[in-house]
Amino acid sequence: MHEPSGLIDNLFVFVMASFLGLELIRGVSRLLHTPLMSLTNAIASIAIVGSVLITGRPHESQFITVIGAVAIACSAINAVGGFLITERILKMFKKRGND
Amino acid sequence: MHDDPTAMPAGVQYVYLASAALFILSLKWMGQVKTARHGNWAGIAAMLLAVLGTLFAGGISSQGFMWIGVAIAIGAVVGAPMALIMPMTAVPQRTALSHAFGGLAAALVGVAEYLENRGGDGLSTFTMGALSTEMLLGFLTFTGSLMAFGKLQEIITTKAVVYPGRNIVSMSTLALAILSAVYLTLNPHSTEAFALMIGASLLFGVLLIIPIGGADMPTVIAILNAYAGLSAAAMGFVLNNKLLIVAGSLDGTSGLILSIVMCKAMNRSFLNVLFAGVGAAPAANAGPKSPTGKTIVGFSIDDAKAVLEDTRLVIIVPGYGMAVAQAQHAVKELANVLAKQGTDVKFAIHPVAGRMPGHMNVLLSEADVPYDQLWEMERVNSLFPEADVAIVVGANDVTNPAARTDKTSPLYGMPILDVDKARTVIFIKRSMNPGFAGVDNRLFLLDKTMMVFGDAKKVMTELVAAFKEGAH
Repeated sequence: MHEPSGLIDNLFVFVMASFLGLELIRGVSRLLHTPLMSLTNAIASIAIVGSVLITGRPHESQFITVIGAVAIACSAINAVGGFLITERILKMFKKRGND
Repeated sequence: MHDDPTAMPAGVQYVYLASAALFILSLKWMGQVKTARHGNWAGIAAMLLAVLGTLFAGGISSQGFMWIGVAIAIGAVVGAPMALIMPMTAVPQRTALSHAFGGLAAALVGVAEYLENRGGDGLSTFTMGALSTEMLLGFLTFTGSLMAFGKLQEIITTKAVVYPGRNIVSMSTLALAILSAVYLTLNPHSTEAFALMIGASLLFGVLLIIPIGGADMPTVIAILNAYAGLSAAAMGFVLNNKLLIVAGSLDGTSGLILSIVMCKAMNRSFLNVLFAGVGAAPAANAGPKSPTGKTIVGFSIDDAKAVLEDTRLVIIVPGYGMAVAQAQHAVKELANVLAKQGTDVKFAIHPVAGRMPGHMNVLLSEADVPYDQLWEMERVNSLFPEADVAIVVGANDVTNPAARTDKTSPLYGMPILDVDKARTVIFIKRSMNPGFAGVDNRLFLLDKTMMVFGDAKKVMTELVAAFKEGAH
């Protein structure tokens, strides 16, 4: 179990990352809100790290491995799909005269 | 989670650190069109680093590798076609569906962690609290997003479904979910609380979205986006993994800011969007006549063409109707024809036009409209008084002048596109049904307004044809 110091470290990271996120996202042009959403969707599939860790560990019950694998598949769909659709959308944005 | 954090080799922590930095750069680069594609690539690199780092960190059995490999392969096989084949008009649905997958993934990891550890006494109150939060958010995001997907795909009604006492029912369900989560946190061995929390979260996700109508979807999708991110961050607390916390909170704040932008653009609060049930009943006065009894006459394609000839500035206002009719390419053709006769054409984009943030920008970009022709509301509003013609294609409420003047209107206070200040307004509309809010649009009654009835794509195509004929 982590020490209380681990908890405070994690809270620290959470608060800092949230404020950083607020600043970064506020700077995103409204034009790009849809690709921003598909990108953050792909980024949220970082949950795959957690599911890989739990699936990879040996378990007494196979059930846990199966749940973990389903979670991996869900995150992988989002990662692959999210980055691909973002790329596809961004490719369409053109300036006048560039086409 | 119960191992000493140092059980993960220090090398992996450096890989995670690099990955987190790349995620931050990814969002920074996403800020501008020029650098946005770098942003996406940085995101891809960050994700690969994170996954490879985790795989090579050790501790994964060979059987584990097999499961992981198969699961990732399935994910790629399902995810890639969804992204590559799907038409651009379906982007909101895909986004809703991916929030569902994200929520489910976080929730399932929570369930697996819980099942693995409930036997021992490895679950501290804090870990259990984070675990409950992760499962609660994950499961409600899962069913809520599935409902949103169903509405956007029109599998279930896009109207707000309201029933008496719905807010009490929803709130009690949420309270039940939270109470059982708290109970479970304090008594990790309680299987009943575990099951009750999952059931109540799943149900609350459904109840939350049912009373929300189609035009509020941009806000709802953004909120679900935030929930999915927060559940990933909660997982980071459970696993003591800072990369998950960083990426999850970046996603969470992104969803939060987008939903605030959407709410502001409608002059409504979060709570109002979630609980007011706007857009439930069609207005009683929805007929071909206006409340004042003035009959609205339709104009022909040739009438519309006549006012568009010899214009200096034309502003096109697209809305969800353009997406439904898949009219973006036809609209772009009209813009080309007008440009050829020397007219300056601009597109006015209201922040909540469409079904998700930025929806119209994506559709018009797909039709090769250069993005410097896409104007945000605040910038374009000052140009309407100089515009010869404003063409409204499939938008309605976002152009209703009652939002500026009529205190009794449900739209009052919502920032709108000042279409009524243009010299002439061409309003393309399928029928005289009122807009989403069930309100008559004052614009229809103005003398300067020409209503052209018909499917947006058909009208646009006919207009283009009329211009091309005239050129011979």
